[in-house]
Amino acid sequence: MQTPEQIKDRILAAFPDAQVEVIPNGSPASQPSLLLAPTQARQIAKFLRDDPALRFDYASNATGVDWPEKTVKEKVKRKKVVDGVENETEELVERKTPAFLEAVYHLYSMALGRGPLVIRLRTANRADNAALPSLTPIWRSCEFQEREIFDLFGIFFQGHPDLRRILMWDNFVDHPMRKDYVPADAAEVLP
Amino acid sequence: MIAPPGIQAPAAVDSISHDLLEVAMGPHHPSTHGVFRMNVVLDGETVVKLTPVFGYLHRNHEKIAEKNSYLASIPYTDRLDYICSMTNNWAYVLSVEKLTGLAVPERAEYIRVIVAELTRLFNHACLAGFLLQDMGALGTPMMYAFREREKILDLFESLTGSRMMCNYMRFGGCRCDLTAGWLEQAATVVAGFDSFLDHFEALLNGNEILCARSQGVGVLPAGLAVNAGVTGPGLRASGVNYDIRKVDQYGIYNRFKFRVPLGRCGDVFDRYMMRILEMRESLKILGQALHDIPAGAIIDPKAKLRNLRPKPGEAYGRIESPKGELGFYLISDGGSAPYRYRVRPPSLINLTVLEDMCLGHAIADVVIILGSIDIVLGEVDR
Amino acid sequence: MNQQPQNDLTRQGVVLTTVEDLYNWGRKNSLWPLQFGLACCAIEMIAASMARFDIARFGAEVFRPSPRQADLMIVSGTITKKMAPQVVRLFNQMPEPKYVIAMGSCAISGGPFRDGYNVLQGIDLYLPVDIYIPGCPPRPEALLEGLIHLQQKIAGQRLTGPERPRHLDANAPGEFPVPEFGPHDLVGPRLHEDA
Repeated sequence: MQTPEQIKDRILAAFPDAQVEVIPNGSPASQPSLLLAPTQARQIAKFLRDDPALRFDYASNATGVDWPEKTVKEKVKRKKVVDGVENETEELVERKTPAFLEAVYHLYSMALGRGPLVIRLRTANRADNAALPSLTPIWRSCEFQEREIFDLFGIFFQGHPDLRRILMWDNFVDHPMRKDYVPADAAEVLP
Repeated sequence: MIAPPGIQAPAAVDSISHDLLEVAMGPHHPSTHGVFRMNVVLDGETVVKLTPVFGYLHRNHEKIAEKNSYLASIPYTDRLDYICSMTNNWAYVLSVEKLTGLAVPERAEYIRVIVAELTRLFNHACLAGFLLQDMGALGTPMMYAFREREKILDLFESLTGSRMMCNYMRFGGCRCDLTAGWLEQAATVVAGFDSFLDHFEALLNGNEILCARSQGVGVLPAGLAVNAGVTGPGLRASGVNYDIRKVDQYGIYNRFKFRVPLGRCGDVFDRYMMRILEMRESLKILGQALHDIPAGAIIDPKAKLRNLRPKPGEAYGRIESPKGELGFYLISDGGSAPYRYRVRPPSLINLTVLEDMCLGHAIADVVIILGSIDIVLGEVDR
Repeated sequence: MNQQPQNDLTRQGVVLTTVEDLYNWGRKNSLWPLQFGLACCAIEMIAASMARFDIARFGAEVFRPSPRQADLMIVSGTITKKMAPQVVRLFNQMPEPKYVIAMGSCAISGGPFRDGYNVLQGIDLYLPVDIYIPGCPPRPEALLEGLIHLQQKIAGQRLTGPERPRHLDANAPGEFPVPEFGPHDLVGPRLHEDA
């Protein structure tokens, strides 16, 4: 079975200026994923599907994940000069992680019996630039799943043949699966 | 009437003007599949466009799971595909076991296979019953199928305490061991199932109404099936050899000898026959499993169930449920609740090709084609 | 009516009854449920109509798909906000006398999915419920017991006076308000606020 690193090398061989990054996975499942840049995602997806050595013809799962901005405290070693003497101290530094929405796809090859390959696409932010290219023209199984990601997370998929809400009613305005969503009737529910 | 976008309004013939009729089938509809709606545009009786509408049973299972602990989500998985609760449990605990690296004792693996195959048996039998009811055989095949289902539900009730929402599997094993005499009772049920299937097939397979209404109807080509993500008996009816029990060999399925039936043209009749043949193969697996099951523990006594906090990471685990590939994608951030909990619903994704299969057919065939896909709304809408 | 002289006469071949008893007897023994399954409880409802539990013994095996021909709505399963207007509309289309059984904890109060953005916390927010059957799902026997309780309730209904049923009361509401989809939630008047 090919590792994501080998698949990344194969992609870079076909698209030399592609931005592909391997994101490690901390769990024992060891399913690291490939982060693709949105601009090249559709070409790379077509390559993954059609390349005779890869043949990822089956997109099993397409889902969205919300990563809001988080403040992370990290210990950083800094060199400081105190009274003329250079000291190395550890400082607690606050850093904000970037906020974005993510679309994760799990690909399998029915022809070669391989998988899963996990690919990720990230939006620029969670507010006004939450758009990604749709992979429905490559794998039709993403059709309803991308509609669901649009409905529940708010990622706008460019090139989707029929992008509208799928689970909530049409004039619903919120995106309920976002982490900061508060239901309208939250006060009614008993704790 | 103005034709919907993309549809050619029919031309007038012999100075009789034609119109297209848009009909909403559902969400309240006699076909027993739940609250599902299809907006069908008809030219006479022929389907010109079909748009499914979902969400009438969207119970926000995924959002609730982000607040619950990992253990508390197991009863919610029962209610996804509410006819097959055991296989839903297994898909979820398999994903958590991948996320945490827990090992499962051998006896528990055998019990999992036994209850999963029993679930497959009654799911396929009930599907045959529902499909025949949609064709007009109001009740009789369903009565026979439900009679067998009741025998298997008695087994589940004595094992887990509940007929339908079993809540039986746990991370690293099963909740409670088999009671005395359970294996013998299961063997009796399995032994009687063969003759039930013979009886069922003798009554139904050659029935001319079934054959006339299902052969050549709703053909799904293999290439479209793979690209659209169709899995389960619908995919194999189109001739694609992909059964996750053979591909991933999760659990201990590599120890059992069974075949994977394949269809030839992917019409409704092939999908119906898939279920019948798969029931026969499940009986073979059950015979072997009931014979070979060892004694032993069913869960590691030190396995942590409550307040499980997997290390940060993610995992995707999938099984061959009676409907298709049921997968769970979990992202853990180290907390007691999953950061992201996603159900990959086979019923929803199998519906991607509903319109393709129905175009050009009469509206009466739409009900049959929908019935042959085998959907359960709890899974479609979650 | 005093039962003893009635029984004596019946043994002689003469049946004496009141209009009220006859009317209620006819109604309660031929309740036709609406074939209306929402979720998991619907499977137990189907099992109750199958050979083992046999709802036909109680005269209720004729599940009608059309609300115009049904008199009992068994709300079996979770009512989502997207489905709620349809449920109320179906109930409005049923002719009187009509009854509602809320089967399962989702229909009673939202059930395990209560804290969901798309789940209605019980159908009694919009419809008058006669019988509540708890369970998740309730066994088919529980559904049959609920049906028997409903039959007893119908048998005990007085046709005149302040406690007469809804269909004989000119001041009782004929239709119930249908909720509509708002931008964040359902909008529309409710029968009562959720406790």
